[in-house]
Amino acid sequence: MDAFIHQVLAGLATGGIYASLALALVMIYKATNHLNFAQGEMAMFSTYLAWTMVNAGMGYWPAFLLTVLLAFVLGVVIERVIIRPIENAPVLAVVVVFIGLLVIFNSVTGWIYTYTIKTFPSPFPKEPLFGQKYMSSHEIGAIGVTLVVVLLLYAFFRFTPLGLAMRAAAQNPESARLVGIRVGWMLALGWGLAAAIGGVGGMMVAPIVYLDPNMMGGVLLYAFAAALVGGIDNPGGAVFGGFLVGVLENVLGAFVIGNELKLAVALVLIIGVLVVRPSGFFGKVLVTRV
Amino acid sequence: MSRRQLIVLVVVIAAACALPFLVSNYRTFQFTLVLIYSVALLGLNILTGFNGQISLGHGAFYAIGAYCTAVLMDKFGVPYWATLPVAGAVCLVAGFLFGLPALRLEGLYLALATFALGVSLPQLLKYHQFEKWTGGVQGIVIPKPEAPFGLPLKPDQWLYFFTLAVTLVMFALAWNLLRGRVGRALVAIRDQHVAAEAMGVNNAIYKSLAFGVSAMYTGIAGALGAIAVQFVAPDSFNIFLSIVFLVGIVIGGLASISGAIYGALFIQFVPNIADEISKAAPWAIFGIFLIGFVYLMPLGVAGALRMAVARLGRKRHNF
Amino acid sequence: MALLEASALHASYGQTRVLHGVSFAMEEGTITTLLGANGAGKTTTLRALCGMVRTEGEVRFNGARIDGRATEDIVRLGIAHVPDGRGTFLNLTTEENLRLGAYSRKDRGAVEEDLERVYGYFPRLKERHAQQAGTLSGGEQQMLAVSRGLMLRPKLMLLDEPSFGLSPLIVKELFGILRAVNERERVSLLVVEQNAAMALDLADHAYLIETGRVVLSGTADDIKRDDAVRRSYLGY
Repeated sequence: MDAFIHQVLAGLATGGIYASLALALVMIYKATNHLNFAQGEMAMFSTYLAWTMVNAGMGYWPAFLLTVLLAFVLGVVIERVIIRPIENAPVLAVVVVFIGLLVIFNSVTGWIYTYTIKTFPSPFPKEPLFGQKYMSSHEIGAIGVTLVVVLLLYAFFRFTPLGLAMRAAAQNPESARLVGIRVGWMLALGWGLAAAIGGVGGMMVAPIVYLDPNMMGGVLLYAFAAALVGGIDNPGGAVFGGFLVGVLENVLGAFVIGNELKLAVALVLIIGVLVVRPSGFFGKVLVTRV
Repeated sequence: MSRRQLIVLVVVIAAACALPFLVSNYRTFQFTLVLIYSVALLGLNILTGFNGQISLGHGAFYAIGAYCTAVLMDKFGVPYWATLPVAGAVCLVAGFLFGLPALRLEGLYLALATFALGVSLPQLLKYHQFEKWTGGVQGIVIPKPEAPFGLPLKPDQWLYFFTLAVTLVMFALAWNLLRGRVGRALVAIRDQHVAAEAMGVNNAIYKSLAFGVSAMYTGIAGALGAIAVQFVAPDSFNIFLSIVFLVGIVIGGLASISGAIYGALFIQFVPNIADEISKAAPWAIFGIFLIGFVYLMPLGVAGALRMAVARLGRKRHNF
Repeated sequence: MALLEASALHASYGQTRVLHGVSFAMEEGTITTLLGANGAGKTTTLRALCGMVRTEGEVRFNGARIDGRATEDIVRLGIAHVPDGRGTFLNLTTEENLRLGAYSRKDRGAVEEDLERVYGYFPRLKERHAQQAGTLSGGEQQMLAVSRGLMLRPKLMLLDEPSFGLSPLIVKELFGILRAVNERERVSLLVVEQNAAMALDLADHAYLIETGRVVLSGTADDIKRDDAVRRSYLGY
């Protein structure tokens, strides 16, 4: 029973990280109807930037904040420069460009930083909180950070004029233009936020899996599964999906299929959701059938 | 095919036959790989280029073909050439089976599902329950085939000719298939699937068959690949293999048979050149080319050549 | 100087040319109506003015050229467009829709004032202010669309078939409010309508468009008395 609780709690911790990345994926999907296959690599690259800063002597939280800012800018730039010209291109062209970005981020990071694994610091204490034995402080901290990010995002979209404008631009770009909203910049902003959230996810997962250019491959898959399970156009669903997938991965991995096949959980979830119930738990998307 | 095209084809084949006697063993081996990749790319192109179903996981079929050959040769002593039909049949079925649920998935979602397959594949291959067949993480080593009937050919040369023969057969089959009614149906489904269905094209059958045939081609390429490289291991079949195939068809030219060859040349030789700059450089170049080609040369090399020739005033059929 | 002036305006959807050199002008403070049958090009004219379709020719607003500019930039000059189909943000609340109308404005305080004023014109919107806009009735959504346009504090408001799908009683109410807005707040109106009778009662000037060309223009009274118009569009 102890072991089960431990797996569930550890699953919630990794689930928080999946939720962050899933949130980023859903944001871009809602705004542009595209799946950002490069989200994981962008997050990984941002984490390496943080590592550089910390290694140069910067404190953790200043580096954290600066990384979030840089990731934001990176997202905006990519949207304006690379994604904007192909906004209306056929699906295959867009997918190819995203894969191209994935590959570029992965290889450039490997080029600059080499493929040797590095350690990434955690801002949370090494001793478990309150002396309990179920979760490390970092795991609790990661869940906390995820919840803070989700709340901030919710507040931004719900209560600020800019957030309202972004929602409007995503729902009905033509009407948004008719009230003077610069829809193009709203998309760029969405990308910036998504990249920033992804960066936070990367910085939370790196202390657990160690920093390496290929660290986000599996995480991205879980994030996709989480986003689909929650409903690809539902941010709240993405968060729910993230925690659910994290717990499932751990519990199934520990007790049912063994740790080696954990990625298969993501694969089965993805295909299962797409075939059986494409809108997930909370989504409204209709996948058109032939 | 026009007479001019026929002449070009004969010349190319003749040159291909002469190749192993003119270059080093290593170069011959590299060109063997080019042939193998071209069959794999042709497979992917049938599905994605002609039929519009995006696959980011075709490395999986390559792996299945490769493992079929390796397991048959290693565990059951089947001769290398006999493993090809088996690999092809297994992949045909596997592809068709994967194609059935895929029928319900539109573009982006199919890309995601195949991406998931590609990413999780190495883990599936390493699964310890399969280990006694697949050799686990260490993989399987298989011997290089010798020239039969005492022909005076070195093993690398024989391998090249064997691969060349298989490649020619596969290309001929594909050309025949895609040129006729089947090809038109596939393209119709890609471009206007609702209209196609309305005109009597059975979308479901064609799309699943496209998946099956495409998988068969890439699987046979995988089988040849295993024989050539003499080794299969799970980590060589990760998502980057699937991405390499994607690079190949984008560069070579979607919906183009000759494009498979240009793409294969690209993915074989560019890393060799780029490696000298840095280990990471080949992929950075692939990425830049992927994005660059979408913007600048969406029809790939084959398409660009076709347009260049047309512009020079001569007629050219769709190859 | 005319408030709005279009000269030799051509517009195309893809390869199909829909407007063939439309020209007209509007003075500040007036109400002008564009009449015509279905498919005549009236909606396209409004879209062309806002840069929503590919155009050739000139459009001037207060003397400055606005053709070729982005829609959102044109809107920010003070031109509100109430589109055909209303363009409601269905998943947002009524009040959110209204606040979006004022999105590009810099004068925050005045926005609250305008919100109250708009609720004054349309008390039903105030009742439903927290309701999801997609659940409003057709008439209410039309009022919402007009109000959203008013929230811009525009100098010019373009309305595309505001009477569409509404009962005559509601249309009368709506047009009454439009006239009040024009008189009290000096908002110029360019109204595209199929309902020629009501439009000609509201407007000062009228243009008749047929297959992408202006075929008749004049004061609303003159147009009302024109025989051809009476027979084809007014039904008597």
